[in-house]
Parts: sequence; C-alpha cells; structure tokens
Amino acid sequence: MHDAAGRVAAHGPLTADYRRLEIEAPDVARLARPGQFVHVRVAGLDPAALRRPFSVYDAVGDRLAVLYKTVGRGTRQLACLQPGDSVALLGPLGNGFPAPEKGSRPLLVAGGYGVAPLAFLARRLAPLTGTLFAGGRTAADLLCLDDFAALGWEICTATEDGSLGTRGLVTAALDPWLAARGATPATLFACGPAPMLRAVGGRAIAAGRRAWLSLDKHMVCGLGACLACVQTLRRPDGSTWIARVCRDGPVFEAAEIVWETRP
Amino acid sequence: MNARPDLRVNLGGIAMQNPVTVASGTFGYGKEYAGVVDLRRLGAITVKGIRLQPWPGNPLPRHVEVPGGMVNAIGLQGPGVDGFVSEYMPFLRESGVPVIVNVWGTTVDEYAEVAGRLDGVAGVAGIELNVSCPNVKEGGAAFGADPRTLAAVVAAARARTRKPLLVKLAPNVPSIQPYAVAAADAGANALSLINTIPAMVIDIETRRPVLANRVGGLSGPAIHPVAVKLVWEAAKAVRIPIVAMGGITGPEQAIEFLIAGATAVAVGTATFVDPGTAVRVVEGIEQYLTRHHMRNVGELTGSLATGHCLSPGA
Repeated sequence: MHDAAGRVAAHGPLTADYRRLEIEAPDVARLARPGQFVHVRVAGLDPAALRRPFSVYDAVGDRLAVLYKTVGRGTRQLACLQPGDSVALLGPLGNGFPAPEKGSRPLLVAGGYGVAPLAFLARRLAPLTGTLFAGGRTAADLLCLDDFAALGWEICTATEDGSLGTRGLVTAALDPWLAARGATPATLFACGPAPMLRAVGGRAIAAGRRAWLSLDKHMVCGLGACLACVQTLRRPDGSTWIARVCRDGPVFEAAEIVWETRP
Repeated sequence: MNARPDLRVNLGGIAMQNPVTVASGTFGYGKEYAGVVDLRRLGAITVKGIRLQPWPGNPLPRHVEVPGGMVNAIGLQGPGVDGFVSEYMPFLRESGVPVIVNVWGTTVDEYAEVAGRLDGVAGVAGIELNVSCPNVKEGGAAFGADPRTLAAVVAAARARTRKPLLVKLAPNVPSIQPYAVAAADAGANALSLINTIPAMVIDIETRRPVLANRVGGLSGPAIHPVAVKLVWEAAKAVRIPIVAMGGITGPEQAIEFLIAGATAVAVGTATFVDPGTAVRVVEGIEQYLTRHHMRNVGELTGSLATGHCLSPGA
C-alpha cells in the first residue's frame, strides 16, 4: 500500500452519465488486485474535505482506472481534473476478491457502477469466462457490457424500467439462470447497493454456493483506524466480531455477514 | 552556522522528542497508519479511547462531512483495556514512541480501574482521561460537565496510577477555567484541549438526523479558533502543560496553539485527509523556530504578544 502522488493520464466520459479517470501511479497500479480500492484526495475541494474511495476498474502497467458518476461535490470537483494534473491517492486498499472455487463458473452480479471492480475481475480471470448479471435503473446505468462481451462472457441484463433486458432488479435475471442451471458449480461475486448484495447473498446461500460481496460503506480514513465503516460478521463458531470494511473488506463472504435488521 | 532548534518538550512527565502527537480516535492504535507514516517521527502516539470491557460503538452512519470538517459519532468502539494491552502494546512498544492511552468509563470506578491496569504496562507513557466524549449515552461527557465530578474522576484515577495523567476537557462549557483548575488540583499532570464540539446534521429530504446516534462531535478546521481561545484561557488558569488539538491542518495552526500557551499539539481529523500531516507539522515548527531565531520550542509556548496593537498605518 502506498501514499502516492499520481498524475491524471486520461479522463473523460464513459457514457452520458459516467466518467472514466485514468491515473498514472506505478506503485499503486502494479499492486492492485480486483476488489481493491484507492482513496483519492480530490484537489480543489477545501483542505478538510475527506478522501473519496473508488474501486479499481482496471490496472495495466503504470496506470489504473476508476469509474464514477457525478453525484456530489466531491465527484463534481473530480470531474474538473485534466490530464497532467496531480492526484494524491492511497492504495491499493482492502482485501480484494478471492479466486473462484476450482472448476466453478464465476457468476458476477453488478448493480450500476458496481460493475467496475467486476470488470477488473473478469479481465484478471481470463481466459476463464463466466456469466455477468448486470442490473440498473435504465439501460444507461448498465456499464462495461462491451468489456465482458470482448472477453467472451455470457451477459444477462435487467433494468427497472425494462429499457434493456429483463424488467426488474438484477435478481430477475439471476433467478431464472440459477433455476435453469442449478447443477452448474458456481462462485458468485457481487458489487452494488446493500439490498442487492443481501438478496444475491441469500440466493447463493440457499443454493449452496459461495458468494463474495463487495460492501459499499461510507469511509473516512480507508486504513481501519477511524472505525466509521464497520460491519458485524459471524465466525464459523457462531460468535460475532466487528470488521472494518476498508481494512478487513470490502469483500466478505455472504455467509459471514450479519445484516442489520430493518428499522 | 546555527544549531537546529531543540524541539523536545516535557508534557507533564512525558518526554517527547517533539511537541506533536495525534488526537485520540484519529490514529487508531498506531498500527493502522504504520504503512504510510513513519511513527518514529511523532512526539507521541495517542490511541483510541478504551474502557474496561470491549465496546461495540454506535450504529452506522457514524460520520458525515460538513464544510470545514466532519461530525462523528463512532461511539468509542474498542477492545477493552486487556484486549488493547495484548493486541496492540507489543507493536507500540516496538515503535519506541511514547504512547498515551485515552481512557473512558461509565463510572468513576471504571476510570480508576482502567488507569490501575495501565499503571504497570511498559510503554504506556501517559493516560488521557476522556471526560468529554459527546457520543456515548453514559459516561464520557457526563463526568466532565461538572468541576466536582471531574475532580472525583481525576482523583480516583490518580490514586491508581503514577503515570502522567492528562485530562481531556469539553469545549462546550461557559468558562473553561474552573474545569482546568479542578483537573489540575485533583492531580492531573496535563490538560488536553479540546474534544469535539457537540453537533447535529439533518437530511432535509428525509427530515431525519444523518447520524444514527442523531448527534455527534464536530472536528476539523471549523473548530480551530474555538480551540485557540480555550487553550489561551486554560493556560492562564493553570500551571500544568496543555496539549492542544482542534483543526490543525498544517504547522500554522499548531504554532498558533503554542503561542496561545500549549506545550504540545495533536493532529486529528487532518490525518484522514493527509496521513503525513503530523510529520509535516513537526518539520514546519522546526522551520518556524529557525526563521524566528528561537533555539527551543518552549520559547514559543505562551509567547502571545499582549501589548496594545498599533493600528495599521498609524
């Protein structure tokens, strides 16, 4: 892990709503594994502004890339970065995805831009291929499908408005697949909103498969010091402990996560 | 050729190679930052607050960013004193840096018991009593809200340890001086000023508090001038040294604290943004002393010019 001074190598729109930021940061890029993240200090915000965590979308040679949607003041400011600008980043942070079980088919389940670390995983799994289940509100929220197509992956899509693929949540695409190919050994990997992760994890457990979920919690230090992003986990013996999502995760196995009861 | 200025300070019996530590709760137990910060450059490491037993802290969300800082309600999650000593002290001892252990409790006896258990632990250079955390329902701030209960906590801990005792005071009091005096008279060796300022943020769309704990503590640059004033007032009231914290983002704010009367300073929230802040503060203080021809950082402490100001252009 490094406290690195990176440089913007390329930056521009990925689609109408999403942007791709490519950073030259050799020490970080060379170490990065799928499921890990970088903690970026956004230049131009006030000096007290906290860092923003981004999953690594790709890392080749000296460069790594992240995807983001401009949703708040941090990402709006990030969007102003020009090639050549310096950008401070801590990383790579977190544990990353483990390898799929031997002989099993990787099933990747993405909600919106949660697809970013999964696309990185698919690239690193090559020549192994599997199935991507991509969900989002509209067709415009399904990203990186070309990446998976180029790698020869099977792609199943679902949108809430029905503009692409099955109408409904991503589970509307996942459920029929699991029903039809229930005998196929598979390992699930998912990244997206918490309710989606919980639903995917529940299905994996019910089907007797392992699922690795990348949790998205608001972070502060990114190093496990501040305890802002914690998650209760269950050990095999039934006892529980409080994990730090940034340091002990962000990837946890579905079976160990103790989901909070709804308020 | 002038010699380099002497940065060493004595914080109530804690010998520090320079006047810069980190604020409790912002640096974990040191280990978490070891990969990005050279811990040996710090004057001391102040670890996250612990009580007698392990404590789970508050539900999430535990923090929210605001202009000029953040509001947190972590809720003092921690491994308990015995867990801390076995899990973290071997590493911290190895670092060779003085360790200040922040302690809280829900009863006077608990403060005293934790202080007693730390008394014999090698590598623990000092104990900071947290009587001002705004984020736990019991304990914490309740003990710091009244000078008499504050004195009772300090005296009880004092009776159980010979290690230097620091007392971290709350900023939200009508006057800091009675609290500073009460802590000093009860046996404190130093004061820590300030803790976070009680605060609240509301999501106007849901009309719910953003933090699960509803309220939290404000930290960051926004609170720095508040802290400077309180350090200045407390320094006039007591003879024991002060470690000042609140909104340090670079050497300038640290130097301001020293001028106001602090002997040492602690970097807090800024570490989250730039882990190298504390080391940068050490270097900046040294450069400032050189530039101002001061040989010892102690010359800066309490050096506020008190004469009448000349109006510009007069």
